[in-house]
Amino acid sequence: MLSLYRPGTSPVHRARAGLKLAGLAALGTGLFAVPRIEVVLAALAAVLATGLLLGRLPAGALWAQVRPVWLLLAGLFGFHLLVTDALTGTVAVLRLLALVLAAAVVTATTRVTELVAVVEWLLRPLEVVGVRPARVGLLVAMTLRFIPVVAERAARIREAQAARGASGVRLGLLVPLLVQVLQLAHTLGEALDARGADDVPVRRPRRA
Amino acid sequence: MRWGRPGAGAAGTAPPLPRTDVELREVTHAYGDRTVLTGVSLTLTESRIGVIGANGSGKSTFARLLNGLVVPTAGTVLVDGLDTRTQAREVRRRVGFVFQDPDAQIVHPTVAEDVAFGLTNQGVPAGEIARRVDEVLVAYGLDGHRDHPAHLLSGGQKQLLAIAGVLVMAPQRVVFDEPTTLLDLRNTRRVARVVDGLEQDVVVVTHHLELLAGFDRVLVFEDGRVAADGTPAETVPWYVARCG
Repeated sequence: MLSLYRPGTSPVHRARAGLKLAGLAALGTGLFAVPRIEVVLAALAAVLATGLLLGRLPAGALWAQVRPVWLLLAGLFGFHLLVTDALTGTVAVLRLLALVLAAAVVTATTRVTELVAVVEWLLRPLEVVGVRPARVGLLVAMTLRFIPVVAERAARIREAQAARGASGVRLGLLVPLLVQVLQLAHTLGEALDARGADDVPVRRPRRA
Repeated sequence: MRWGRPGAGAAGTAPPLPRTDVELREVTHAYGDRTVLTGVSLTLTESRIGVIGANGSGKSTFARLLNGLVVPTAGTVLVDGLDTRTQAREVRRRVGFVFQDPDAQIVHPTVAEDVAFGLTNQGVPAGEIARRVDEVLVAYGLDGHRDHPAHLLSGGQKQLLAIAGVLVMAPQRVVFDEPTTLLDLRNTRRVARVVDGLEQDVVVVTHHLELLAGFDRVLVFEDGRVAADGTPAETVPWYVARCG
């Protein structure tokens, strides 16, 4: 989600974010409720058709999301070979694969602001108990924004430590990273003030 | 390369803006027991104002006082008569602020979403937001990156995005806190050209003295006080001589 959105005008891109998220939830529920190989294969085919044909996403974009979980899928299959059987393992692996691909299709075709708007809509009933959906939405967006920033700063600290002779994973990374993150948070707070985050929040637009 | 007098509305986001005057009356500011500004009294009416001085001289605190990010421990800061202590929200609508590190200023994951952030906070209608975001992205050469993740932009592009996110809100004066310190020469020149073309009044805190050549006024800070105040021709050589 951090950098997965691929601009486009396909029907999948134009579909409402809430609909896509609801579809994703329904797919997950359905695949676990009906653990049959033909259902899982049909779901996988439907997800691929939605992403590649309807969404016009390049196959590489979807594969890039599967690659990080490939070992997990292989391990899951191996586990099932040991404790259940090959068919159950195949269903489990294909089910997870279908869900990973479906999530990739949703994130590749949906802007963060649209996803945040859905989160805010879902939280709106909680306004009566004092929850401010716009603030929660901003929190979600900022979390996505700052994960790579913090990762980059951690990498810089690791490099600095390595340049001075440190090697391997070190707990010593945590203290300087924490200090930098706190400094970043302080400036970020100022930036939010400067950009009017204190103003009365209004509903966010679906598209910028 | 200079940040000179304003040209015709670079971003084209709004009609010509009224001037914003800032007045500091006997302003002192301390962080705990460390006093960083002492008894500063100034009236800022010029369009192009530079602020220079050694690290720790009080420049950044001074800059933050101008739009109410920092309120003085003693004394008063008035922006068009508005007290930053009690009317900070209105002051911040008039005075924008660009930070040294754009990574700390960009709050949304993608470019267009981040530019829209301030307008959304102001309650601007969605159609108007889309129009103004498009204008600003084109004006600053970011239209080809509108859906790109902000963290994948270059340092110069990030600073342009940070500037765009402020200017889209059409402030009347913009305060820049060392906007080129983290940039290479090419991007420094790029940001300088952007600032040079701004219709808004600007206050620029910088260590790049050559950028102040076309400015109306330069303030030199030293130990929390204004040590020199005049034209660039008067103040910059004096500061350079002080630095040895």
